[in-house]
Amino acid sequence: MSIADAVFYGFAAILLFAGLRVITARNPVHAALYLVLAFVTAAGLWMLLEAEFLAIALVLVYVGAVMVLFLFVVMMLDINLDRMREGYWDWLVPALVVAGIMVVEMAVILAGRYFRVEGLAPPAPKPDGFSNTDALGRLLYVDYVYPFELASVLLLVAIVAAIALTLRARKDSRYVDPAVQVAVRRADRVRLVAMVSEKPAAPAAEGPTS
Amino acid sequence: MELLAPVEAFFGPAWPLVWSLAKIVAIVLPLMVSVAYLTFAERKVIGYMQVRLGPNRVGPKGLLQPIADALKLMTKEIIVPTGANPFLFVLAPVLSIMPALAAWAVIPFEPDVVLADVNAGLLYVMAITSMGVYGVIIAGWASNSKYAFLGSLRSAAQIVSYEIAMGFALVGVLMMSHSLNLSEIVRRQDGSLGLLSWNWVPLFPMFLVYLISGVAETNRAPFDVAEGESEIVAGFHVEYSGMAFAVFFLAEYANMILVSSLTAIMFLGGWLSPIPGLPSSFLWLLLKVAAVLFCFLWFRATFPRYRYDQIMRLGWKVFIPVTLVWLLVIGGWMQTPLWPW
Repeated sequence: MSIADAVFYGFAAILLFAGLRVITARNPVHAALYLVLAFVTAAGLWMLLEAEFLAIALVLVYVGAVMVLFLFVVMMLDINLDRMREGYWDWLVPALVVAGIMVVEMAVILAGRYFRVEGLAPPAPKPDGFSNTDALGRLLYVDYVYPFELASVLLLVAIVAAIALTLRARKDSRYVDPAVQVAVRRADRVRLVAMVSEKPAAPAAEGPTS
Repeated sequence: MELLAPVEAFFGPAWPLVWSLAKIVAIVLPLMVSVAYLTFAERKVIGYMQVRLGPNRVGPKGLLQPIADALKLMTKEIIVPTGANPFLFVLAPVLSIMPALAAWAVIPFEPDVVLADVNAGLLYVMAITSMGVYGVIIAGWASNSKYAFLGSLRSAAQIVSYEIAMGFALVGVLMMSHSLNLSEIVRRQDGSLGLLSWNWVPLFPMFLVYLISGVAETNRAPFDVAEGESEIVAGFHVEYSGMAFAVFFLAEYANMILVSSLTAIMFLGGWLSPIPGLPSSFLWLLLKVAAVLFCFLWFRATFPRYRYDQIMRLGWKVFIPVTLVWLLVIGGWMQTPLWPW
């Protein structure tokens, strides 16, 4: 067994364990953290396949941004574990049926004649200095530039729609526009009044004489 | 390498491992010493800015102060609060210092003096540094304390927001250098104009955005709402004591040095000399990093803390549009014959 094989089996074991814990951990925060572990391990596996751009992008996007926001939400939930456990056994039978259907569907595709993994030749090792980034850039921005741009525009529309649907500006929130704030000059706030200086009044008699 | 041949023979097949470990130690040890003396420099600089002397009792001119601080922190007890999650509580400082150290693997110090000369170096740095936020989030959650939790939520939102502006600023660097390799990025800035051929001139708005986002990413003043002493005591590390607390501190200062080095490499020409004719060397990189670090300390002594909504506004409504517009400007400018770089 070469070192690469040993690393693969090590990472695969960790990935399986983390994946299992994602669905078995009782505390949602722990489950989310196991999901982070699963992403990082999967990135390691991709690295073994010499797909360093995808591996690093997986860590950057999913671990660095998506899971952070996920944890953000999960940590703020007020979770009562006992109440969540209620009705667990009632739902077991429907859940098993759904899971069974999914297993059969996956089996039909993966074991069928469309997905012959064993028939594929192992990928040839890339020459030294081969840059994934170059290859991906060429594919995305030269060979498939129109489909790629179309997909991006579609995503942009989806983002705008999602924000437009959920954005509710509060009418009663008091907010100072910093642009207005910065533009304030002294003359707007302070009024200098010119007035004749007055003569001091004649010394009052009430004070104690020294 | 000839000198090392007998040592290599002694270790046999384990040699690559031993050699890599030796190189890692050669990077991490000076880094840790720099962190210790950066805390000292910070206290001195802020001291002088506030017209006082700063630490001057331990050792000549107070130079042994960081050593004394380290010894004190090491001998203190680590208290795990009741109701805290002990495993995650201890894991959090480790998770926060890991990215601060791991990112140094791809930092080039001189031509070909780099631990791992990887092609996707810049992406690697971004991915690794984006994991630093987990230390803060987990610390806040595992402490089982309101202040720590508030601090960690603030910090998570802030780091995720500023990462986007930072990423866009780096896209500008990519367009200038046509490469993700950090050594290549420095080599591309080597021009006949000296310091005017570096990336900071054509990418000036992005340079500023990157510098300020770097301050925000490391949770330093004036963006230190995650700690916010006057509002939430000390934020995410309020429950930590002893060495666990010190590790958070180490991570913060190591991150400051990392961000400064990245600024120096990507915008200020790395090891290149600013004046044509003078030899390029590692010392230039050190000088540039020190200059950027001084700015960090200077900001802390000068600016009051940002209000939370102002931080978000600056990140989302100012920095991201600025970088987007400048990307278009640079892209168009590069296509014209008026491009001098």
